[in-house]
Amino acid sequence: MSATTLSLGRPSPIAAIPGFRLTLGITLAWLGGVVLIPLAALALRPWELGLGGVLAVLADARVLAALQLSFGAAAMAALLDLPLGLLLAWVIVRLRFPGRSALDAALDLPFALPTAVAGIALTALTAPNGWLGAPLEAMFGWKIAFTQAGIVFALMFTGLPFIVRTVEPVLRDMARDAEEAAATLGASRMQTLGRVVLPALLPALLTGFSLAFARSVGEYGSVIFIAGNLPMLTEIAPLLIVVKLEQFDYAGAAVVGMAMLLLSFALLFGINQVQQLLRRGRA
Amino acid sequence: MTVEVQGIVRRFGATAALEGVSLSVREGEFIALLGPSGSGKTTLLRILAGLEGTDAGVVRVGGRDLTGVPARERGIGMVFQNYALFRHMTVFDNIAFGLRVRAQKPHHSEIATRVRRLLELVQVPELETRYPEQCSGGQRQRVALARALAIEPRLLLLDEPFSALDALVRKDVRRWLRGLHDGLGITSVLVTHDQEEAMELADRIAVMERGRIVQFDTAETLLRAPATAFVAGFVGEAARLPCTVRGGVAHFDPLPMTPLRAALPDGPATAFVRPHDIVARSGDGAAKVRLVRQEDQAPNRLVVQAGDVVLDATSGPGEVFARGQACRLTLRGGHVFSAAGGSTRAQPLAAAMAS
Repeated sequence: MSATTLSLGRPSPIAAIPGFRLTLGITLAWLGGVVLIPLAALALRPWELGLGGVLAVLADARVLAALQLSFGAAAMAALLDLPLGLLLAWVIVRLRFPGRSALDAALDLPFALPTAVAGIALTALTAPNGWLGAPLEAMFGWKIAFTQAGIVFALMFTGLPFIVRTVEPVLRDMARDAEEAAATLGASRMQTLGRVVLPALLPALLTGFSLAFARSVGEYGSVIFIAGNLPMLTEIAPLLIVVKLEQFDYAGAAVVGMAMLLLSFALLFGINQVQQLLRRGRA
Repeated sequence: MTVEVQGIVRRFGATAALEGVSLSVREGEFIALLGPSGSGKTTLLRILAGLEGTDAGVVRVGGRDLTGVPARERGIGMVFQNYALFRHMTVFDNIAFGLRVRAQKPHHSEIATRVRRLLELVQVPELETRYPEQCSGGQRQRVALARALAIEPRLLLLDEPFSALDALVRKDVRRWLRGLHDGLGITSVLVTHDQEEAMELADRIAVMERGRIVQFDTAETLLRAPATAFVAGFVGEAARLPCTVRGGVAHFDPLPMTPLRAALPDGPATAFVRPHDIVARSGDGAAKVRLVRQEDQAPNRLVVQAGDVVLDATSGPGEVFARGQACRLTLRGGHVFSAAGGSTRAQPLAAAMAS
């Protein structure tokens, strides 16, 4: 209806940022080349076995146990990391003490360390003769290394910084005056924490959880040393894929890969939906 | 409730935010803490709320010593500068918050009744189910006020509550708030750096300067008898003019202005003169009209230049000025503060009146 449209005889292409087609084209080409085409290969490969073959691979008790372990341990690790990550973020943002910046930097080490190095270190630490493993076994009879607990422990290590780093900026931006307002209204520290601070942090915590979870599901290097890799017991799905590849069972490996992909997507999609619900009413 | 503040000292590191502040507020009174930024007015308010500690001094509300009493046990309502509403809660939940965190929580139907009554009181019943971010600035302010009032506070504290509103809304909300105060009768303390706001809302104004209350009086007294040069300069519009006192007369040389009678010791002094006490008359004066304001009103408000000083003045009776016109300036009075200490309300000389 505008004068521009009428004089040109077609919709005016003027926008704040020019080159819509060019940028979208480059983006899609890149996304296709790096993400979509490899994933398409993964989606196509299993069908070499036929539908029956795919179902047979998925029904295999060893595959089911590995998938269950991978997703279960990842969820458990991310859940255990939540309070720990929140606490660390709180300490970094709210407290001032000598060595704070060193702690801040150290939190990123799980990002930087090759996961295999982390795996070997954690295994040495929690092995029955390790610094942590020996006293824990002596005192409580707990075994960490070469058990499912060890897998969760390794995944907690790699997942922790995701939670700290997503919560930290939100906590930093959170104005103190909401907490002060809660105090003037008669709320105790616990009530303020439960009713004002945590709900405000919930979306960030959920994002951190899904990042840590997604990372943990696919984690390989840090887990294989500490897990012991006993089929049906401590064999994670990514390792099972490698095992299948080594046996030249490419299609079978692709079936497990596809199952992980679909499960992960469904879970992350679900978490995103919850996020949407939480964000309702906020800008 | 009455508020009694005695000898409050608050230091942040080496700098003192409050240096021995005393203040006494009557039951149901609305007072303002007025001062430039950094004068300690917000610190004093936060000490009253219990959000800030003190290094010395006592705060009593309704006769009860509040030293060491945490904010949550004080029963003092506070409206924060940026309202500090809980963003993840609806307006209803925000207002209900103070009722729900009580040890003896009222029944939820009782809470609903009270929240709705408060929403009616602040005239925004339609906002009940909205989130703070879906409300305008003025609406948020009303919600913040309702939330503070929900705990039936003994004292209401307002920290620059109008600073986030645009000028037009601000005037409306101010008038409405004063009406609300008159209806409820809650003792209220307002912090502001806007003297117009303080004068319109408050019964008495405590003017603060660098951690001290320099004068605590009604707006009328502050204007008529400022206690210090700072008050004279900060409250009301006044031009600050350097002068010299010789034999009980303040001379403004080299500024082209008539002298004033000022019973002060000889020596340098500062005069604070309000625009309506600076009268411009046409003629061959050394001053020049730079701008004519409110041309449709008589007498005109003028901006004049005298020497290197630019000040607000008023046109003499029946005089009409144009931009750039020369004029003479006659002073009708002012407050003169001697550099040696002491001050007086200065009067025009009889000779100056006659001319």
